[in-house]
This record gives sequence, structure tokens and C-alpha cells, in this order.
Amino acid sequence: MDLSYTPEEEAFRARLRAWLAKVLPSLPPKPSPDDWPGRRAYDLGWQRMLYDAGYGEVHWDASPTVRLIFLEETENAGAPYVGANFVGLLHAGPTIAAEGTAEQRARWLPPVLRGEEVWCQGFSEPEAGSDLAALRTRAYRDGDEYVVTGSKIWTSHAEVADWCELLVRTDPSVPKHRGISWLAMRMDAPGVTVRPLRTLAGSTEFAEVFLDEVRVPVAHRVGEENDGWRVTMVTLSFERGTAFVGEVVACRRVLRAIAREARACGRWDDPVVRRRLGRLNAEFRALWRLTQWNVSEAESSGGVPGVGGSVFKLRYSRARQELYEAAAEVLGVRALDLGQGWVVDRLSSLAYTIAAGTSEIQRNIVGERILGLPKG
Amino acid sequence: MRFQLTEDQRALRDGVRGLLTRRFGAEALRAAVEQPGLDRKLWRELGAAGFFSLRLPEVEGGVGLGLPEAVLVFEEAGRALLPGPLVATHLAAGDVPGAADGEAVVTAVGGGGLVEWLDAADVVRGDATGAVPMRSVDPLTPLWRVPPHSVVEPDPVFLLLTAAEQLGTAGRTCEAAVQHARTRGQFGRPIGAFQAVKHLCAELLVRVEVARAAVYAAAVTADPVDIAAARLLADEAAVRGARDCLQVYGGMGFTWEADVHLGLKRAWVRAERGGLHTESEKLLAGELLIEAG
Repeated sequence: MDLSYTPEEEAFRARLRAWLAKVLPSLPPKPSPDDWPGRRAYDLGWQRMLYDAGYGEVHWDASPTVRLIFLEETENAGAPYVGANFVGLLHAGPTIAAEGTAEQRARWLPPVLRGEEVWCQGFSEPEAGSDLAALRTRAYRDGDEYVVTGSKIWTSHAEVADWCELLVRTDPSVPKHRGISWLAMRMDAPGVTVRPLRTLAGSTEFAEVFLDEVRVPVAHRVGEENDGWRVTMVTLSFERGTAFVGEVVACRRVLRAIAREARACGRWDDPVVRRRLGRLNAEFRALWRLTQWNVSEAESSGGVPGVGGSVFKLRYSRARQELYEAAAEVLGVRALDLGQGWVVDRLSSLAYTIAAGTSEIQRNIVGERILGLPKG
Repeated sequence: MRFQLTEDQRALRDGVRGLLTRRFGAEALRAAVEQPGLDRKLWRELGAAGFFSLRLPEVEGGVGLGLPEAVLVFEEAGRALLPGPLVATHLAAGDVPGAADGEAVVTAVGGGGLVEWLDAADVVRGDATGAVPMRSVDPLTPLWRVPPHSVVEPDPVFLLLTAAEQLGTAGRTCEAAVQHARTRGQFGRPIGAFQAVKHLCAELLVRVEVARAAVYAAAVTADPVDIAAARLLADEAAVRGARDCLQVYGGMGFTWEADVHLGLKRAWVRAERGGLHTESEKLLAGELLIEAG
């Protein structure tokens, strides 16, 4: 049991911290949440700066510990989020790196790392949510192309993406998990229609994507035909592993800010409020330690995070919702004012127990894959 | 950063688990319930195995290990539901003659003025004058309480090792619930196939793993705020875990015969032994403002 870092890791942290202190003041102002072209330019620009400074590949090339340090330091310094680069850097990128051919890696990975191309995810469908493997979007083979027809939903950054990592059904005659393929589809291909979806928070964070006989070259398939489910599991294990490091750090910062606000507005004098904030401090301290535990485990098991991510995600998603509930208790009537800090975050937090696998699905995963309980 | 257990730590944990399985397994636990009393022979064996002298320097006859190792050992004690004032005697090693080698049984005035095993102890640390016996809810922990003016704040290491015991009990409880859910059949299949039961089990594990990360980290840092957090989460894992395990067991869980109630009652005792949860929460809340500057 050791929580200390190696001299090399500490040197990386110091170098990164110094670089962040130098470059962050010179960043352009953050674009408004509704300005999608502006957001794309901002997020790609940040990735380009990271790339030029030698941090471009930190999300999948570095050791889990170095990745943890990167996410911790950038979050603490208030650096931009991964934003529009999320799917490219943390979903599609790692999948192509693990499962793609040399040619595919050479085509798709460098533009992601250099901040030139944006990816989005076409997994969920209106009739395939928790039961993702029931997806119906069909791909027929026509010579050296697939012809794809169907619809996808909850696709973040679809408006500004160049590529979509797309799950399609290539064989409807076999059991559902065995007839799926993973394709990279250009978002400007004829037949792709994007319809933004407005979230309950008022913004258009994701979209529906309609596909009408979209032609995708067979060469853009990653992995074997009908092996897409296994290829996908590689991606999902990344999502449930290290993807939340920055967010835990952010939550701890928000919690301290809530405590300061409580003191400023007098709510601190209410012992029930203080106890609640103290509990949340215990919660997020423990979640940070669990993150370190998972990262340390990934380090010794060769980098791919395991099902332990489900344990983390279950607890974290609920804790983050409770964080903003506590904020609302501190704010009182101000919690009804969308112009007040944390109010939109409170609305956004309602997605955490649903996105990336609902809590109910995560409990099934924990129950069946970790505890060995029988399937229902 | 290598947060996982080292080879030596795993060997230590496995060794203690082996010893306790041999010396205080399921049958011994039931026998102790039917015939309460501190087993002095077992106490000396624990002493000989280094249970109490673990953290004493080798020049003083100890094992020379640290808090992480002590936490692993006490986690095993909690898993076995081993009775006796283990934490108090461990903390007395080096101060009270005979404590280190298991010749003396040492108890202490704990949080809320709770004193465990006062009749069996050779030495009491703290002021137990005027201690009043209670009809203990836990058949394996005789209890007294002292007047309010004798109550002192528990030491952080006392809280940490108690949290380690809670963690061990929570792990045992989770395994028992899962085992029952796998084997108990209703409607023609194991009840663990039903999501309502499966999800109770999943939450049991989540609480254990969150508590484990907090307790192990607190053992490394020895920071009182980390210990306060570990204590809250370990108490939650042990107490709520036992409640949920009881639910999974159904009617059997409500019987004297099933072991479930033993875990719950011990978890209740340990949660009180650490003093009021409010105190830990206040410490954690106050730290939010300190760190904010």
C-alpha cells in the first residue's frame, strides 16, 4: 500500500504544472455553450496546444498513473475539458489503437491527437438503449461498401463531428451480440441527417442522427465483420475506467466552494447543512481513493481497466447528484434561478445515473460479472 | 503509486485469516455465543502471533510493522467477528505490561463512554469509575458505560483500527448475502437471479469497496481527516451491509440461528465505540473551509 509517486511521475507533474501556469492565461475566452463552431474550434485548439507541448497522447499512450496526474493537474489548474475531443481521445481513439490495422491507425489517430478531427458516437438507438446489442441500424454489403440505414440517438457533438464510431447490424440472422460491426462513418456523407435534441437543462448537448442509405467503405470497418460487440466492449471498458478522474477532482473543488458559499450566506450555521457537507467530503475523499485504487490496479494489469469501473460509476454518479442537491439546499430560493452558479450543473447531473450505462445496468454488471450471481 | 497490497502484506493477511479460520471459525463463533467469556488461551495465541505487538519496534520485542499492516490484521479480526477488546489491547502494547504478548487484557473507555469487557479486563485505560453494566445488545461484547464527565474523544488510531474491523465484517456480510442469493431457490431459480435481490448485493459490494479504498488510504496517510472519512464509510458498509444481508436472508435472517445478527450487532457496537458520527462529520465539514484557505 503506497500512495507516493515515482520521481519521474513527480517530474512530469511539475513540468505539466509549470506549463499550465504559463499557457492558461493566454487562452482565448470560452465560447458560449450554444456556439457549436466556436466550441469545436476552442476544444480542437486546446488539443493542438497539448500536442505541440508533448501532451497530445497522454490519454492512451501514457501509463494510468501519468494519465491520472494529467487529469488531476489540468482540472486543478482550471484548464479546458476534453470537450469535443472526448470520443476521439477516449472512445474511438483507444478502440482504433487496440483493434485497428496499421493503416487505420495511421489514418485516424494523428488527426485526433493534433486536434484536427472530431469524433462522435453512434451506439444507442431509440429502440436500443440499455439493451444496446438489440440495435437495428442495418448495413448491407454492396461491393466494397456498406449501405447503412437506421437511426442513432444521444450522439454528443454530432453537429460538429467529422467522424462517427458507428455500430451497425451486419447479420440479422444470428444471436444479437454476434451480428454487429464497428464502422467509422464520415458525418458529411450523403444520407446523414443530424437533428439536435434539447436536454432538460435547455441546451442541445446531443442529437439524433438519421442514416438513409449512407455508403461507408468496407475499409472503414474496425475489427472483423460481426465482431463489433467485442470491439465495443474495449471502448466501454475505457469509458468506465479512467474517464472520471478529472470529474472527481472537480467535484471536490465544487464542494469546497459550496462550503464557502454556505458560510457567506449563513447556511453554515445550520448543523444539518454542515453534517451534509461533511458527509460529502468523506464521500469524495473515498471516491478519489477508489480512483487511485483502480488506476493502481490498471497499472499492474497492463492498462485496460476492468469491471471495477462499474463499482466506481455507481457510487460516483449518485454522489455527484447529491453534491448539487446539497448546493441547492445552501442556495435556497436562488436554486430556482438559472443565472445562479450550480443550478444548470444540478440539472446536468441528472444524466449521470443514466448516461454510459444506467445505474440499474451497472448493478447487473456488478452482480453478475463480479459477484457471480445468475442472470435473470 | 502502488496502492495494492504488497506480497508481504498479502502473506500477512492470508496468514492471519488462516489462523482465525482454524481458531475461531463458524463453530467456535456459535460456541462463543452460547457460552460467552473471553478465551484467554486464544488471547495468548494472538499475542504470540504478534497481533498486539505488530507495530512495536523490533528492539522492544515487537514486529516493527506499520498502520497498513495493522489495518489488514484488524480487518481479518472483523471478518472473523473475533470478540474481545482487541483494539484497546493493541494500542496498550508497549505501555501496559503483558499487553504486547497477550498475557494482559486491556480495555479502554471508548467514544460515548462505552467500555467493553470491563469484567474480563486486567487493565482499564481511561476513568471507568462508576461504570454501569448494560444488558449488551451484542451477545459477544459485554458492555458498561461511564458517567458523561469521564467521556473522552477517541484517538484517531483507535478509530482507524475500529474502521478496519468494520470493513472486515462488511466483507464477510457481503459474501454471506451473495452466497445465500446463489443457493436459496424460489420460483424455480436462485433468488440472486432476481434484480431486486441482485441489486441489493451489488450495493453491498459497492459500499465495501468504497470503504476499503478509504480505510487503506487512511492507513497510509494516518491523517485524522482521512480517518474520519474512513470511519464514516466503514460504519456505513458494516451496518447497512448487515441490514441488507438480513433482508436477502429473509425470515432466516431474523433468527438467532443465522449469523447475520451477530455481524449487525457488532457493527452497532463498533459504530458507537468511535463516538458520535456528528463529530466526524463536523471535522470533515470544517476541513472544507480550511483547505479553501
